[in-house]
Amino acid sequence: MVLLWEVLKATLRRPPALSLILKQLYDIGVASLIVVAITGFFTGLVVAAQSFYQLADKGLTGVTGIMVGKAMMTELGPLLTGFIVTGRVGAAMCAEIGTMTVTEQVDALKTMAVNPNRYLIAPRFIGGIFMMPFLTIFSVALGIWGGYLIAVYFFGMPPSQYYDPMPIHITLFDYMTGIVKAFFFGILIMTISCYKGITTTGGAEGVGRSTTNSVVITYVAILCTNFFLTMALNIFREKIERWM
Amino acid sequence: MIVISDLWKRYGDNDVLKGLSLKISDQEILVILGRSGVGKSVLLKHLIGLTKPDRGYVDVGGVRISSLKGAALYHAVRNMGMLFQGCALFDSMTVEENTAFYLKQHGDPKTLRPYTKAELKERVEGALEMVGLQEAQKKMPSELSGGMKKRAALARLIVYRPSILLYDEPTTGLDPITAMTINELIVKTQKELKGTTVVVTHDIVSALIIGDRLALHKEGKIAYLADPDTFVQIDDPEIRFLHKLISQDPRTLKYNNHNKGD
Repeated sequence: MVLLWEVLKATLRRPPALSLILKQLYDIGVASLIVVAITGFFTGLVVAAQSFYQLADKGLTGVTGIMVGKAMMTELGPLLTGFIVTGRVGAAMCAEIGTMTVTEQVDALKTMAVNPNRYLIAPRFIGGIFMMPFLTIFSVALGIWGGYLIAVYFFGMPPSQYYDPMPIHITLFDYMTGIVKAFFFGILIMTISCYKGITTTGGAEGVGRSTTNSVVITYVAILCTNFFLTMALNIFREKIERWM
Repeated sequence: MIVISDLWKRYGDNDVLKGLSLKISDQEILVILGRSGVGKSVLLKHLIGLTKPDRGYVDVGGVRISSLKGAALYHAVRNMGMLFQGCALFDSMTVEENTAFYLKQHGDPKTLRPYTKAELKERVEGALEMVGLQEAQKKMPSELSGGMKKRAALARLIVYRPSILLYDEPTTGLDPITAMTINELIVKTQKELKGTTVVVTHDIVSALIIGDRLALHKEGKIAYLADPDTFVQIDDPEIRFLHKLISQDPRTLKYNNHNKGD
């Protein structure tokens, strides 16, 4: 929380250079697209296939589209994207900042009157918080498309049966749930990765330890936060929907 | 003037600094000698605000560096620079980018505008020429030898012409010839910038060559402080041992020449 506050203060006082933010937007967002697409797509395939296998004997396969859409939007999309970004970006970020810390590069920044919170951490925060919702939307879209492909071309479901119920049953609240979760996961990933990086001690071994810790802690934090966000959003659903 | 008063610092059970006091005059080169692990680097980090003391204070040019934090500290250290023992070059940048870093970050202090490309090029090339690294501009730090890294770090330091220069073990791990080159650069930089220089080292020959005054850091305090000629005559077991080393080091010739004014 202290780091988050310090980064916010440094950013508001003087925002980091646009070039640094753009680099992070690219590294976190664009460079993660393929892996996010693959995981989203295959998750959509699996959810659709499972719904067919589990629900066929009950005659409920008609809800496949809604199931894939709702599951991807509210849970699987943000969660999987969070995990992918943690593994791909958070770990690299922690290792990079950790190495800079143990090799005194962070101290060198300070001696040159450059605030590491503004120069190193703020661009990553901004990049992570902005790109997580976009990556989640991308993952959800690929998941729904994957579900469509298997439902229609493998299980022989009529395309209209897959897509048509979606606008009726998938509400703005579901979209918002996914995006809010992605936003919070973005904050978690960046905070934990940068904090573990900047507090690294003990040379190369310390960098390895920090990186492992940051990934494990972030995974656990995402799962716990996901539960609390799910509960909070649904408890206040009526108020939120009225506000929307 | 740098004033260090009653500085205490403890790490775990180990008191590294035990009420250390020292005054460093403007435009002098003060060399702090001491064994490995006595806390020389810790002392240096206190001077530039990287470490906070448990007790005591550090004033630099009348500003209490040890009490500052955040934006005030960054503002106060703008005119200071430090060469780290491990060089601390930014390993994702070329030598040229490392050298231009400070200038790009802060711009021209007089006009408060960013430097133009031509100005940056001129300043960076000037600094790299001074340390003899013009040919290595486009190289990454990983492609440099130990001596070249030190020189690149020195170029990154002198390019913004700080008035207080701090060197942490500038010659450690270097061969005698490269060490001598670094020593000459330290003296040359001091003469050009007319700033205050504090060098922390356990290399007694380098200390004698570059230092206006020498201090022995021992048991958390400054045990002795004197000009080089007086320093080597002090009756202390550590200094006597260092004296022996001086006579065996080929660079002593340079020290003798230096004393003769060559």
